[in-house]
Amino acid sequence: MASSLTSRRLRAALLAAPLFVFVSVTFIAPLATMMLRSVYEPVVAESLPETLAALADWDGRELPNEETFRVAGMEFIALNERRALGSVATRVNRLESGMRSTMLGVARELANDPPAGAWREAMIAADEDWAEVSSWLAVRRAGERITPRHYLNALDLDRGAAGEIVAQPEDRRIYVTLLLRTFAISAAITGICLLLAYPVAWLLAHARPSRAGLLLLLVLVPFWTSLLVRTTSWIVLLQNQGVINDLLVVLGILADEQRLSLIYNMTGTIIAMVHVLLPFMILPLYSVMRTIPPRHMQAAASLGGSFWQSFRRVYWPQSLPGVAAGSLLVFIMSIGFYITPALVGGRTGQLISSMIAYHMEQSLNWGLAAALGAILLLLVVLLYLIYSRLVGVDRMSLS
Amino acid sequence: MRIEGYSKARVLLMLLFAIFSTAAGAQTLTLVSWGGSYARSVERAWVEPFMEETGITVRVEDYNGGLAQIRAQVETGNVFWDVVDMSTPDAVRGCDEGMLEFIRLEDLPPAPDGTPASEDFPPGSRSECAGGGIVSSTIVAFNNELFPGEKPSTLEDYFDLEKFPGRRGMRRVPVVNLEFALMADGVPLERVYQTLDTDQGVARAFAKLDTIKDQIVFWEAGAQPPQMLADQEVVMTTAYNGRIFNAQILENQPFTIIWDGQVQETSGLVIVLGTPRLEIAEQFLEFISSSESLAAISKYISYSPTRNSANALVSTHLDTGIDMAPHMPAAEQNMRRALNSDWLWWADNRDEMNERFAVWLAR
Repeated sequence: MASSLTSRRLRAALLAAPLFVFVSVTFIAPLATMMLRSVYEPVVAESLPETLAALADWDGRELPNEETFRVAGMEFIALNERRALGSVATRVNRLESGMRSTMLGVARELANDPPAGAWREAMIAADEDWAEVSSWLAVRRAGERITPRHYLNALDLDRGAAGEIVAQPEDRRIYVTLLLRTFAISAAITGICLLLAYPVAWLLAHARPSRAGLLLLLVLVPFWTSLLVRTTSWIVLLQNQGVINDLLVVLGILADEQRLSLIYNMTGTIIAMVHVLLPFMILPLYSVMRTIPPRHMQAAASLGGSFWQSFRRVYWPQSLPGVAAGSLLVFIMSIGFYITPALVGGRTGQLISSMIAYHMEQSLNWGLAAALGAILLLLVVLLYLIYSRLVGVDRMSLS
Repeated sequence: MRIEGYSKARVLLMLLFAIFSTAAGAQTLTLVSWGGSYARSVERAWVEPFMEETGITVRVEDYNGGLAQIRAQVETGNVFWDVVDMSTPDAVRGCDEGMLEFIRLEDLPPAPDGTPASEDFPPGSRSECAGGGIVSSTIVAFNNELFPGEKPSTLEDYFDLEKFPGRRGMRRVPVVNLEFALMADGVPLERVYQTLDTDQGVARAFAKLDTIKDQIVFWEAGAQPPQMLADQEVVMTTAYNGRIFNAQILENQPFTIIWDGQVQETSGLVIVLGTPRLEIAEQFLEFISSSESLAAISKYISYSPTRNSANALVSTHLDTGIDMAPHMPAAEQNMRRALNSDWLWWADNRDEMNERFAVWLAR
């Protein structure tokens, strides 16, 4: 008895093993690396050990002493010979613009002509930025191995001279605004999707089977069509000289100079994303509505309820699991949407994903990209927890 | 029209190809360039003659700039991009970060008159990791059909919505645009980067951009602006001069380039550090860095060569026989108000300017 239970468990574990391995390799491991990158920045710490040790007990108000200058200068020169100074300098440069050339310049100049004694004068002569306390503070801060700065940065915060947390100057605050906008747009898209999908799902669920099949096909064909094809079709339709504007002008509804700006702004993002995500709302709704017997509505009507009353008290509550599932699906997908807003969002229709992509591809600040991603992930998890408390996950139907 | 996901799919495909090709033999070189009519010119001017001469196969792939893929390849030790066509600021940064091989000028061929390469490349025009390359220019261009009366003729006109109403195309990056804004705001060429070095200067540039902000349509890939002009989606746009030239010459588009106020940038070819095909990559770099090869690109597109001696070899457009000299960014009559992009300034300030630009965009 016991042995058969063990063998059954073993078999179950073996059956689940491929999935487990797959999920660990493709999902959990990258996620963990990303989380690690958002707080762990070893490059500067490992490259400048002596400089950082010398800076550790520096008060941060006056310039460091001659010994610190000497150690730093020598480490810069040594790193530059191994071609390793550039990646250190880029990281310091993120904290203080201009430090890249300040560090590389001093290393080049001093390597050709190493000072005999006075490193402090020599370094300041090579680049006067070394006479600024802020340059040294930047080196020290970049040397933190475990650092919250990517998270602070992602929340538009920074640290002041004494290490206290301060808000970024106004012309550099961007991420909180974008996060809020991402949530607002996602909520709007979810709402519009629900409004559009509910009647369609109703029709699908309660039409004659032959007609329902045709209708379902109309939902599924766009669903199977490439995302890019659908997004670029919207460009053709919505642009200033596009089909919709041309039609409105030809019909005399708009004058030629009144053409609507339907794309390359927030409107464009919302229209295209609603279209792309609509099937994710229709399908869960449809699968739930199909299980609601039509007799319930008939019974409500025979008891004297108006259509509106019976819908509100009989049908709607039964369709709620589909509403919950569809909304959660659409909301979570829109938060992370990238290609569609990038193509049709223009200036005002960009979501937080555009900044994550920018830091991955252009600025190479993967730590910040990871922090932004982690914040997004955390918010989605939080949302999911609230949702499951309110609606109950077991009541949700994902068809 | 650039399609972002498309390039992702390409990258994936390339991955597959790369795995396949390392198995098939090491004699295929992968060159990554900017796509569109420019990449076609690269193929005809550099790749095809090189393949003919050496028998080495070169595969040309497209990308849209940036160092992310190269960094990923170098970090994982699986390098399948051998030679990459890169803007100078990117090359400087990649070189700093140790992702690219050094290119020594002594290894490059001398000019036809025997001038060594080290004296032929203008000083400070290239990254230590780049060879070959072109000088391209960002200019403002417009569609003649949209201006039946007076036509715009200066950079100031691009910022003048009263005189020339209508939407403007602009690349969605701060580089070049901040310079344009200051130039149009009356800052003399030699003071542009000095001005940008101060907070007030940057604020002044953004304030100038603010004056046309509502009318801007942003583009990202070099192929977009001629398309936007042809579709009359915008009345004028910033663009790369070569793309507008090709639209004028090959597609007979009624476009005009405003040469008053241009920003010149250089680009070069780099070798990714750790490529298993280093030897043929170096061979390729050497081949395309000769004065003749560099001048050859101007038979297909109006970009100037990076070497001084190559400028004299610029002749006519191969397909149409047009004299190329007046279409070059470096032609004398086009240089009235030309700014050289200060790539060192951008290497230092790019992250901060990009952040500010993103804030400006979102506001």
